[in-house]
Order: sequence, then structure tokens, then C-alpha cells
Amino acid sequence: YGLFLFTIARDPLRIIILIAGAFFWLVSLLLSSLIWFIAVKASDPRDERLQKGLLIFGVMFSVLLQEAFRFLYYKLLRKAIEGLVALSEDGCSPISIQQMAYVAGVGFGLMSGAFSMINLLADALGPGTVGIHGDSQLYFLTSAFMTMVLIFLHTFWGILFFHGCEHRRWWEIMAVVVMHLTVSGSSFCNPLYVGSLVPSYLLMAAAAAWAYLLSGGSAQNLRRFLLCK
Amino acid sequence: MITFMNNSDSEEEPCNERTSLMSAESPPVPSYQDSLPASEAGEAQAHRKRRAGSSRSPNNIAGGEMSGSGVPVRESALENEEEELTLKYGAKHVIMLFVPVTLCMIVVVATIKSVRFYTEKNGQLIYTPFSEDTPSVGQRLLNSVLNTIIMISVIIVMTVFLVLLYKYRCYKFIHGWLILSSLMLLFLFTYIYLGEVLKTYNVAMDYPTLFLVIWNFGAVGMICIHWKGPLQLQQAYLIMISALMALVFIKYLPEWSAWVILGAISIYDLMAVLCPKGPLRMLVETAQERNEPIFPALIYSSAMMWTVGMAKPDTATRGPSHQTWDAAEDGRDHHRSPSHTDSRISETRSPVPTRPVTSLEELEEEERGVKLGLGDFIFYSVLVGKAAATASGDWNTTLACFVAILIGLCLTLLLLAVFKKALPALPISITFGLIFYFSTDNLVRPFMDTLASHQLYI
Repeated sequence: YGLFLFTIARDPLRIIILIAGAFFWLVSLLLSSLIWFIAVKASDPRDERLQKGLLIFGVMFSVLLQEAFRFLYYKLLRKAIEGLVALSEDGCSPISIQQMAYVAGVGFGLMSGAFSMINLLADALGPGTVGIHGDSQLYFLTSAFMTMVLIFLHTFWGILFFHGCEHRRWWEIMAVVVMHLTVSGSSFCNPLYVGSLVPSYLLMAAAAAWAYLLSGGSAQNLRRFLLCK
Repeated sequence: MITFMNNSDSEEEPCNERTSLMSAESPPVPSYQDSLPASEAGEAQAHRKRRAGSSRSPNNIAGGEMSGSGVPVRESALENEEEELTLKYGAKHVIMLFVPVTLCMIVVVATIKSVRFYTEKNGQLIYTPFSEDTPSVGQRLLNSVLNTIIMISVIIVMTVFLVLLYKYRCYKFIHGWLILSSLMLLFLFTYIYLGEVLKTYNVAMDYPTLFLVIWNFGAVGMICIHWKGPLQLQQAYLIMISALMALVFIKYLPEWSAWVILGAISIYDLMAVLCPKGPLRMLVETAQERNEPIFPALIYSSAMMWTVGMAKPDTATRGPSHQTWDAAEDGRDHHRSPSHTDSRISETRSPVPTRPVTSLEELEEEERGVKLGLGDFIFYSVLVGKAAATASGDWNTTLACFVAILIGLCLTLLLLAVFKKALPALPISITFGLIFYFSTDNLVRPFMDTLASHQLYI
């Protein structure tokens, strides 16, 4: 939320890009759940292993779809930038592709975070005990952390992905997809939280550093910033 | 209560219908972008039409007009600048509309979630006489379709009535109805709303205090909406009355009827605004011919027009100093003045043929406003409120519908910038909203629930 306020709320164009990003994520979610729904309906509801397998399949498919939609969104934004450049007075776009990448990433992240968390939050307002049936007592906490890491990750992936598309470096794009798959896959280890939270945070740190370097930062900048020079 | 409401409904009916048809501002230039979905006055429960009026850029024709008035040289330069500025300010306008729509939806959703009253079924409007408590699915569907047909036909009758009244210049009548409607909305519905909210939170309030609060609220509201007032206060009041109307709709429309009505209204909107014989289109054209402003209190406008730079103390520019909408009387007076400054549109650069060039430049720094009909607000909020009230997927569905509506609004405004004429604001947003509502509720919810129960993340 802080990210949103400080960096995006200033500029209306960014807000639009944000909402459009959220929309694209939503559409990808819709399609993936459609597929999963069809698969579930077509299969035997009593077979536990099959259901679990279908769920895993659904998750993976959804991840792939999300990345595909990120790519589509990138294409759309490219076209939009050309339009904006043509319209602006001084021949350069009011918003750069990197900023767009950042905002798109945040849009995706916010939407996915919202969808993951919001029902949880609503339930958390009501009465009840966490983990009363033998589930982990840390459910809410870990959910919160996981969601946060996922939001940040989406942001960084947005930057990396767009950068990869810009410079035609396919390995960057593949890296993003693989990272996403890894993070989702690691959440299969829940409730063994060590297996999911720790790798996710490590990946997030790596992605953050990578994105920072790509955006033009460097160790020097960081040092200067921290020492307030 | 209900019968009382129903009676007042019938009173309000004509009022709403009539007031709904707002001519988008009538600048001297024939082409100006207004998104005019079917616009209904927002007051009574029954019919609202909405219009998104975008008082955006003057366009080429505006340039043409100006040449006619003798400022040929500046024309082409202004044209280009205006076009660029239009699209450049495009994002800003979209945000200026996002914020009030979001606020309205937030108010509606918050109320629905917390106050039980609005989700209890306590009867139906007389416009939806068929009940939905029938045993079979087919019967229920039939009833809801019949309800929709009745409602839409009432809306059509009202709209045509309003167009006729407008054509034959019965302005006093229209204004009287408008004032009556907004009076009822501001006082009665606020009273009910406040009563229910206080009940929910178990706060005691005595009648004198209540009377004082509601009297102040209503009186200031009437002044703000129909006369002059600070822009933000006006906007706030319009948002509040839209939210109140939406809440009433949500409460009194049976479920399936509500969805079918939403779909039918957007189709009607599309036809009424775009077909050559559509009532709204005729209204717009009539208003354009007469160079008259829109009725107040039916259009939400997002920006002010500043005439600070005007050197001449014209009657034309004095009036619209603060408002983007004025009472029609003021507007008419203004428009009869020779300089033809449109009191509504913030872009006065086009309609100032007799003005010296310098004042045009001062005006160029004005903000442009975008206008959206109140009915749009109401139906958007009805969609999101219904999603919040009846969806079992709770917040996910609500959020999905919210994003869908905002994207629809974006696209509509984009089309407005491209086509530069009155456009219906309902169809795209409502279509997206409906698609997302039904699909999220039925498809996404089981998926997300299963994921959440295993704590998987995608």
C-alpha cells in the first residue's frame, strides 16, 4: 500500500496502467480457473489423489497463463507508448517503459495479493480460533508473509520480464517463468512453512537485486543513498 | 413505509425520467463529446439514465466554428493543441471519474456489508410486480424477465415524455419535478439511511438532533446541487445521493430481476444514445441546436471552469465561474448572451468568437471537465453492491466486479476521445461487470477456496 501511495498515486496514467494490469491478472485467473473447473467436473470427485493432482496442474497452468498475460500486457503497453509518443508535444513519452513495467508488476501483484488475502482478512475480523482442527496456528501470519512476498515478487518480475522483452533476452523471460513456477511449487510444501517461505524470500531478494541492477542502480548508488550523500 | 415509498415512487417517476435526459452542454460547436448513455434523473427509485458527458476537447469542428467567427489564424494551431491536450489530459480525466465512482462504490459496499437492512427482503417496488419466490426455475426466470420488461417500458415512456417536454420547452415543469425529486431523496432516504445505520451500531439519537442534522444536510444539499456551491461539496452530495439510490435499488429489486434489468438497461442505453431515432440522441441534438446547458443535479461533473482571466465582465462568463453545471435558467441566460460561452464545458476556448485573442490564451489554462450522468454511478454501484450482497465468494467477487467496471469506464472514455460524440457509458462497464461477476462467482471461487484451504499460492 505504501508503494502505491508514494509511487503510483501521483500520476493518473500510472493508475490506469495499474488497474489495467490488475484486470489482465484477473482475466488470466478467470481462464485458469475455468480450465480447472472443467477438469474437476470431468473427473471423479471422490478420488483424492486425482483431485490433488488436478489442483497442482491447475496451479501450474495458472502460473503459465499469468506469465502469458503479462506478455500480452507488455505488447499492449508497447502500442500504447507509441501512441503516447505520437501525441505528446515534445516527442517523448510521458512515461517510460521501465515505469510501466514497474506499475504493471505492482498491478499484478496487488491483484493477486488481494485475491489471496482478502477473504482471509474478512474472516480474521470475526470470532474464531486459528488452527483449531489441528492445522497450523500460524496460518494467518504465514499467509500474510507469503502474500507480501508474492506481491513484491510480481513487481520485480514485471520489471525483469519487460526488460527481457525489450532487449529480446529470452533467458530473462524464462528465468521469470521458472521463478514463478518455483515459488508456486514451493507453496505446495505448506504447512511445512520452512519449505515455502524461506526459498520465496531468497528468490525475492535475488529478484530485487537483479531488478535494481537492471533499472540502472548499482552498488555505488545504494551506498550513496544509504549514507544520505 | 413501503407503500409510502411506492407512492412517492410514482411521483418521482415522471420526474426522474424527465430530468434524466440532459442535453449535454450545448456549446455553439455542434460536435462535442459527451458520453450520453440514457440519462435519467437520479432521484426516485425507478429510473435513472446516465450519461457520461465528457466535455473534452474541442475538435476540428470547433476549430471550424471559430474560423467562422473570424479567428482563422489561431484556428489550426488551436486545433492541434487542443487535440493533443485532450488526449494528454485524457488520463487525468479518467482518474477524475475513477475517484467518484470508486467512492460511490465503497460507500455502497460498506453499507451493504455492515447494515443488515439493505439485504433483507421487505417487499418490492410496484415496477417489479412479479415475485421471485416461485418454486420452479423456469417460473422464476419468466417472472424476472417480465419484471424487466415492465421496468424498461416505464423507463422508455418516461424518457419519451421527458424528450417531449423538453422539445416543447416546458422547463418550469421539468425543474419543478427535479427539485421535488431531489428534495425527497435528500430528506427521506437520508432519514431512512441514518436510522438504519444508527440501529446497526446501536447509537441512540434523539429526534431533535436527528431533525437538525437531516435538515442541515438536506438544505445544504439542495442549495449545492441546484444552485451554486463549492465544487467538491457538490460532487460529494451527488455521490451520496447516487449511493442512496443504489442502496434502495439493491434492497428492493429481487435478485434475478436485478441482473436482467442491468443487462437490459445497458442494451437500452446503447440504443437510446446511438440510434438516430433514439430519444436521448434527439434530446442531445435539440439541446445542441438550442445551445442550452444540461439540467443540474443529474450530471456529475469533475472540473471547474475558471473565468478568472476574462477581462470583460460578460454576463456569459460571470455565471459559470464556479460550477460546471448551473441551473438551467442561468445557463439559458448565459447562452443567450452573444458570446455564447458555454457555462458547462470547461473548454471555453471554442465558443468565444468575439473575444480577443489574449483571453483565449488565458482560458487555455483551464481545467477540462468530464461529465458522467448520475444514473451511471447508480447502476455501477448497484452492480457492485449486488455482488457484495449476494455473492458467496464475498470480497473476491466484489473486487473483480470493481476492477471490471473501472476498466469498462476507461474503455468508454477512450472511445469517447476517439469518436468525439455522445456515448453511452453503461454498456461496456456493465457487460464486463456481469461477465466477471458470474464467472468469478462460479468459476474462480471454488478454485480460490481450494487453493486457500491448502494454502497454495499461484
